[in-house]
Amino acid sequence: MATDRRSARRARLIGRAFIYGALIALAAFYLMPLWVMIVTSLKSLDEIYSGSFIGMPQAVTFEAWGKAWSTACIGTKCEGLQPYFVNSLMMVIPAVILSSGIGAINGYVLTKWRFRGSNIVFGMLLFGCFLPFQAVLLPMAQVLGRLGLAGSIPGLVLVHTVYGIAFTTLFFRNYFITIPDELTKAAQIDGAGFFRIFFSIMLPAALPIIVVSCIWQFTQIWNDFLFGVSFTAGESSPVTVALNNIVNVTMGRKQYNVDMASAMIAAIPTLVVYVVAGRYFVRGLTAGAVKG
Amino acid sequence: MATLEIDRVKKSYGQMDVLKEVSISVGDGDFLVLLGPSGCGKSTLLNMIAGLEDITAGEIRIAGEVVNDLSPKDRDIAMVFQSYALYPTMTVRQNIEFGMKIRGVPAAERAKATQAAADMLQMGHLLDRRPSQLSGGQRQRVAMGRAVVREPKLFLFDEPLSNLDAKLRVDMRTEIKRLHQRLGTTIVYVTHDQIEAMTLATRIAVMKDGIVQHFGPPQEVYDRPANTYVARFVGSPAMNIIPATLHVGADGRAEAAVSLPSGEARIAGIALSAAALKGYHGQKVLLGIRPEHFSLTAGAGLAVQIDVVEPTGPDTLAVFTMGGTEVIARLEPFAAAAGDRLALAVKEDKVVIFDAATETRLD
Repeated sequence: MATDRRSARRARLIGRAFIYGALIALAAFYLMPLWVMIVTSLKSLDEIYSGSFIGMPQAVTFEAWGKAWSTACIGTKCEGLQPYFVNSLMMVIPAVILSSGIGAINGYVLTKWRFRGSNIVFGMLLFGCFLPFQAVLLPMAQVLGRLGLAGSIPGLVLVHTVYGIAFTTLFFRNYFITIPDELTKAAQIDGAGFFRIFFSIMLPAALPIIVVSCIWQFTQIWNDFLFGVSFTAGESSPVTVALNNIVNVTMGRKQYNVDMASAMIAAIPTLVVYVVAGRYFVRGLTAGAVKG
Repeated sequence: MATLEIDRVKKSYGQMDVLKEVSISVGDGDFLVLLGPSGCGKSTLLNMIAGLEDITAGEIRIAGEVVNDLSPKDRDIAMVFQSYALYPTMTVRQNIEFGMKIRGVPAAERAKATQAAADMLQMGHLLDRRPSQLSGGQRQRVAMGRAVVREPKLFLFDEPLSNLDAKLRVDMRTEIKRLHQRLGTTIVYVTHDQIEAMTLATRIAVMKDGIVQHFGPPQEVYDRPANTYVARFVGSPAMNIIPATLHVGADGRAEAAVSLPSGEARIAGIALSAAALKGYHGQKVLLGIRPEHFSLTAGAGLAVQIDVVEPTGPDTLAVFTMGGTEVIARLEPFAAAAGDRLALAVKEDKVVIFDAATETRLD
């Protein structure tokens, strides 16, 4: 009996060891590119060209980061990513707020103030989720041209807001449909109107989905390259386009350390958003408010 | 405090009529229960009184004033919902004060009214909690508190006890009755539970398929149901509906002949108007007899054979066959056992008679 139990335990330990070993190996493999990016960005150019690509840097230097931020050349200008990073912020903040706000009102109307044909409207909005970026490039360019917004940051804000409404509406509609209609009725009897109900009751209850919508929109818009490269040029480009220009246009030796640092600078905001807001993802604030 | 008049009110969604000419009127301080199965239109009617649904035709008057085109907030009503509908992100206090805040009641008055409602419903200790931290019964109290602070002309309750467990339901039922006694406000209360209707109402409207089947005081609905539907819906176990033939008895009153396995038996002395008696002499009718109106008798009675007995504690339900259908009698404990042959008497003055075809009660 005792030996049986001992051998069963050993078998289980071996199994565990195998599972964790495999997981660690795969995780390491998956993280390898990130590792290469980090260590390369911290090396001097000479060290990179002298050989080791994967190993730890002999002397840690933030020179490449500084260069990527403020002195790397893009086209003829050597100001680094900084102005383009600001461009991206100027684009992403209004676009996220506008698209999430409009999506929230859409979702509220489509669930709590249904009108004849509201399901058809919702269906057509959903269609927007499946529309590939490429399909709207030309018509969008024409619209921007007519509005006088071509090649500008406000133009990009408009494009991303319009394109994002389909997704944000879907998020909010599916969230608000789980909030009982009786809540709206009770508020109506209490004397609250359309916007009062929206701001006092629906929005506070929708915090988790607001966070989801903002994270989703922020990631989509910040990471977008196609709209950025199609509708802007030169100084008004977002950071993704600038990054591409830094990496793909080089004179003399290719500056791997600056490329890596630039790529990481461009990726940091989305990471920060996930770290800061990620915990709200799982919160269900209306849980238990309805049934006994 | 107000009267409520529902005057030939109709509701249609496209071609479908949900309510067909409903007319109900109750006086100041009445407790009206709209009783019926799901889909009978009772909740729709309540929502129309509240102003949450449009009225297709007819008029609703609260305290004599036509409210058809008034928005919910202008009707001076308060409503308690089945799901309580507490605002999830607000504390109990904020929930109760929300309506007053919108109406611009000063903060000091709001606090006073909230405290008064909290004292009355014994929920002072809950004021700073959120709905998600409350039990079902506590949420129910909060929902009632939110309605009470409004001091409305009319309280509307939409199946308020349906989400509670059996014991709590009985407690809260008493609580609602107490609330009505204390405030004296007119109440409209929707339920599918006939016990709730009987215990709470001063007037019951039994509804089915968008039509009021019977509107009257609870005891009348129970004793003299307007048709077999009402007879079966109200009371548990339901009223027995037994096929029989009607005759004019020796005393000039109605006499019903029912078939028993042992042969034909007669129930004499049933009260019926002369006109009905004349018209239905020799005709097939349906008898309505409540289970408690059977009793054991030493003398001559209906000779029945008991199939099944179901002891409930206070009494025993005995099941037997009469008129070709299953009939339940409520007898004393141990009065009967399965297989017994018994003689049963009927309280003939409690027997009601329905037309066999239309199933409506004969006077």
